[in-house]
Amino acid sequence: MEPKAYILARESFEALLQSLKSRGYTLIGPTIRDDVLWYAEIQSVEDFPIGWTDVQGPGQYRLQKQDRDTLFGFTVAANTWKSFLFPPRLLLWRSKRTENGIEFEQPTRSIPKLALIGVRACELAAIQVQDRVFLQQEFVDPEYQARREQAFILAVNCGTAAATCFCTSLGTGPKASNGYDLALTELPDGKRLLIEVGSEQGDEVIQDLPVHPAKPADLQEAEQVIQNTVSQITRELQTEGLQTFLYAQYENPHWDEVAKRCLTCGNCTLVCPTCFCSTVEDRSDLSGDLAERWRTWDSCFSLEFTYLHGGPIRTSAKARYRHWLLHKLATWIDQFGTLGCVGCGRCITWCPAGIDLTEEVRSLQRLAHREVDHAKS
Amino acid sequence: MAPAQRPDNTLSGGPSPWLPQKGTVVSRQRQTHDVITLGLEVPGTFSYHPGQFNMLYVHGVGEVPISISGHRTAENGHTVVFHTIKVVGNVTQALARLKKGESLGIRGPYGSAWPIETFAGNDLVLIAGGIGLAPLRPLFLHVLEHREAFGNVFLLYGARTPADIVFRRDLEQWRKRFDINIEVTVDHAWAGWYGNVGVVTKLVARAPFDPVHAVCYICGPEIMMWFTVQTLRERGVPDTNVFLSMERNMKCAIGFCGHCQYGPEFICKDGPVFPLPKIWKYLRIREL
Ligand SMILES: Cc1cc2nc3c(=O)[nH]c(=O)nc-3n(C[C@H](O)[C@H](O)[C@H](O)COP(=O)(O)OP(=O)(O)OC[C@H]3O[C@@H](n4cnc5c(N)ncnc54)[C@H](O)[C@@H]3O)c2cc1C
Ligand code: SF4
Ligand code: SF4
Ligand code: FES
Repeated sequence: MEPKAYILARESFEALLQSLKSRGYTLIGPTIRDDVLWYAEIQSVEDFPIGWTDVQGPGQYRLQKQDRDTLFGFTVAANTWKSFLFPPRLLLWRSKRTENGIEFEQPTRSIPKLALIGVRACELAAIQVQDRVFLQQEFVDPEYQARREQAFILAVNCGTAAATCFCTSLGTGPKASNGYDLALTELPDGKRLLIEVGSEQGDEVIQDLPVHPAKPADLQEAEQVIQNTVSQITRELQTEGLQTFLYAQYENPHWDEVAKRCLTCGNCTLVCPTCFCSTVEDRSDLSGDLAERWRTWDSCFSLEFTYLHGGPIRTSAKARYRHWLLHKLATWIDQFGTLGCVGCGRCITWCPAGIDLTEEVRSLQRLAHREVDHAKS
Repeated sequence: MAPAQRPDNTLSGGPSPWLPQKGTVVSRQRQTHDVITLGLEVPGTFSYHPGQFNMLYVHGVGEVPISISGHRTAENGHTVVFHTIKVVGNVTQALARLKKGESLGIRGPYGSAWPIETFAGNDLVLIAGGIGLAPLRPLFLHVLEHREAFGNVFLLYGARTPADIVFRRDLEQWRKRFDINIEVTVDHAWAGWYGNVGVVTKLVARAPFDPVHAVCYICGPEIMMWFTVQTLRERGVPDTNVFLSMERNMKCAIGFCGHCQYGPEFICKDGPVFPLPKIWKYLRIREL
């Protein structure tokens, strides 16, 4: 069955936002903060980076004003939706010293009902990757679950791609295929939005809006937008046989070469929409009667990450980069049945050294082939 | 749109798997100058399998993985779970300082267990280094209880010095039995030590078990396990009959924090006990 599709006038986009608000959602959407695109709480379309686009490259990021009044004329923001579903800092529980020994209590909090406005196809795929981590294993993370179940997802099909994008290699974008409540495509005339309905909640919201059913011509126009974006994507990651290849590369000499450039800053993990690692922090008040256990995001690039009494396991930058890349592109598949990379390109943009995982994979392949040739001759 | 999830986990806002329960210290038994066994009482029954571990939390200090080294049912029907802890840093020191009657946080049991049911009739070889005897102890007790189900049984244990031997009392008791073979060795001996001197692999090389039908359970420092595996392979023990307990940094024990990854394995949930073939290729990789 074809998903239901409607046309909404661009000037009625605000009505969509307000309809979500009236349903009790806190809106999280794109804004500009410190010269970068940033997902944050928004009140109305006024907060949108209207007419702005992003220019991204290895170790590079710049915003640019366009001469069109696009709502979503950019790609992925610097931060990720995971900040809202898997908060960077979270109080897990408290431990209280009482007359009867220590007592544990879970904090009671009201979990915000979030509407995520402008989730890209690659980002939606990333949310589904984290669903596997937090919801589909032996244990379920109730905090993630509560946020995730209530979230409304307004996806946006990309009308432009950055030089760092490679969703097409991974089959994650640039068009959202499932998992959204509503998916929107900005049509080229800048006056109409095509909206596809992906869930009952999405359908209900549509009922509030001045829409009319999309005609086949509208759908074609939207498809053209996607095709145009696809043609802009230049970066590539060859995934066929990649897992098997990488499992044989633990001793590839190229890791030493990457290690010379990698600063082990961990930026690539913090900006990644799928990275899920965390650590814990214990704090207590002055009296020592009340202690708290906090969970914070962690990065496999830190030395402490693998600390065992006696020292860390992954001491060299080489071992840490190798772990990261192999996790994203090989071990993740064994762990969760999917790649750990969705091709959003953030780790390429936000690496101060401009290290590009797609390029590193090619270098590994080149070196491995050279060794094979060597062995043959 | 609501996420896909496992059908049996549809309840949202349930109790957090991060939340410990309260345990009370009911016994403290000093094993060596830096190892202590704590008996922790938890309400009701506590079922676990030998090889599994708990996360122990000391108020305001931190939480660490510690193997279950045994249990008993208390007079009040509650369970006392034993943990044998070597003091190496902050949290283990705080654990060792807990007095009788004080409480701590405990959650578990976690991880995989030593497989034993399928090995009736085989020779069993338990090989431990240092504190590595702790997770093997409940396995050994199980074997003693079902002694007739197995062939020859060996416990080969290496400690650093005679003063570092843990479960001394147990070892003395077990030695009295004629249906088990217990060998202890130390790396460094001093006057008055009449036992074996040298690494545990020496014992492994000469213990009279039938290699083809022996099942081996190993826990100790990684380097000791590596050499033990070499020796077992030389003797012709099939890899599929060798099990190791691995150790990595752990912040959650429930598959969320990512710290315990070992290649594709999460040591907290896929391990800590692994059949050798599953991790063989990773044992050789440095800084994995
Ligand atoms: C599955 C498993 C079972 C274990 N069973 C036992 C046991 O029965 N008896 C015993 O004495 N020890 C056991 N250990 C080791 C024990 O967890 C560490 O000695 C302990 O975490 C050290 O904490 P610390 O704060 O005292 O040391 P510090 O050196 O201060 O360590 C700081 C932090 O690093 C982490 N860390 C350090 N060493 C280890 C380690 N070896 N393993 C995991 N995390 C570590 C912990 O989070 C620790 O709090 C086990 C480890 C694992 C993974
Ligand atoms: S990677 Fe694809 S889906 Fe993601 S922002 Fe770029 S074009 Fe859009
Ligand atoms: S690894 Fe890089 S490109 Fe892939 S999802 Fe993470 S940040 Fe995006
Ligand atoms: S200890 Fe956290 S994932 Fe294994």
